[in-house]
Amino acid sequence: MLSDQQRMLTRAAREVIDGQIVNLGIGLPTRLFHYLPDDMNVLVHSENGLLGCRPRQEGEAPDIDMIDSGGAYITTRPGASVFDSATSFAMIRRSRVDVTFMGAFEVDQEGNLANWKIPGKFSPGIGGAMELAQKVARLVVLCSHNDKHGNPKILTRCQLPLTASRCISRIITEKAVMDVTPEGLEVVEIAEGLSVDALREATDATLLIDESRLGRF
Amino acid sequence: MTLLNHKVCDIDAAIAEIPDGATIMVGGFGSPGTPFALLDALLASGQRNLTLIKNDANEPGIGIGKLIEAGRVKRLITSHLGLNRTAIDAMNAGEMEVIFHPQGLLAEKIRCAGVGHGGFLTDIGIGTEIAEGRHEINIEGCTWAIEPALQADVALIHAERADRYGNLIYRGTASNFNPLMAMAAERVIAQTYRIDEPGDLPIDTIHTPCAFVSHVVQVDRASSQQGVRPHAL
Repeated sequence: MLSDQQRMLTRAAREVIDGQIVNLGIGLPTRLFHYLPDDMNVLVHSENGLLGCRPRQEGEAPDIDMIDSGGAYITTRPGASVFDSATSFAMIRRSRVDVTFMGAFEVDQEGNLANWKIPGKFSPGIGGAMELAQKVARLVVLCSHNDKHGNPKILTRCQLPLTASRCISRIITEKAVMDVTPEGLEVVEIAEGLSVDALREATDATLLIDESRLGRF
Repeated sequence: MTLLNHKVCDIDAAIAEIPDGATIMVGGFGSPGTPFALLDALLASGQRNLTLIKNDANEPGIGIGKLIEAGRVKRLITSHLGLNRTAIDAMNAGEMEVIFHPQGLLAEKIRCAGVGHGGFLTDIGIGTEIAEGRHEINIEGCTWAIEPALQADVALIHAERADRYGNLIYRGTASNFNPLMAMAAERVIAQTYRIDEPGDLPIDTIHTPCAFVSHVVQVDRASSQQGVRPHAL
């Protein structure tokens, strides 16, 4: 039996197309590394200046000059390159990174993303999140459907300060896979065993659901 | 600028020339590329009221974390403090002013100073909280925010190898902000593990040409080990 997070990661890995350049945000998205097949021609971009990172194998000694943007010691795969921070963000702002996966505090049906600041509680700075969210061609949010108190994180309108507006393409939670459309969030897949009513109950946004075409994951 | 044949110097002599109140760029993203030995010398040397420019605040007890904990940093210009709880506490207690920039804009502001420009135009952050206080202009129907260049009195740089004239080579993800900062300060002090004779470094592998570098200081490789922290696979 897969955990919710394992199910989300397995589903998220299917978003990556062979040949793409991918950025993985801090937290759950970083773990996607382990769900991408080794034989795929995929280069993982890390904003500290590396294209083509891969996790160290068990027992592989750390190289103190090689970390990813979350601070973990990593290594590289064939085809990798290293560069300075300006070049790294040129790659992002010029949309040369094909897809980025990020966590979220809140998302909304217009595709707005809030994931960097909770006023008065959490404000360590925005890092590279703003430029990634605003400029990467496809942003997939990977987050829990509700916060730890059970409140919806999928909203009509974000309340927290935005990272970027109208930037999200797809949202993957443990309950559903949703696409941002001009009419609202289109549910393309729903978790195995979850009812449409229960999904609506857990969500505070307009959900477009065509049960005849609804996939399960 | 220092003459080519006078760049190699003692670490304490190089640091002693930094005045109180200086604005200092510090290379590194997390530990890689952080000039730990130069920062320790700065701590020992005693300068106060410093403005530091660094991507992050390292971690508690290492790198610029030590200077912050010693109350020597008046202002920090950075993109993220997430790995340094004591820096966040100093910010929240009002002991240190912190100015945040999105990471790529911070890099570009430094790069701009390094190439001799006054600033650049960007659409990053327009309509968000980050944009407050920025000047915006309209060019042919597009709105741009003006981002001024960011320069410094001193840059502290970590390079893997150097030569006596100050040519620098970085390694792996220890490059990050170093080559940008090495062009953006009045006085550039580079620490390195090995100082070669001019001509010894293959010319097409040099990342920072010596023209930008004021001082080269040889440090022990072990000086970087203090930046190694256990991290999960």
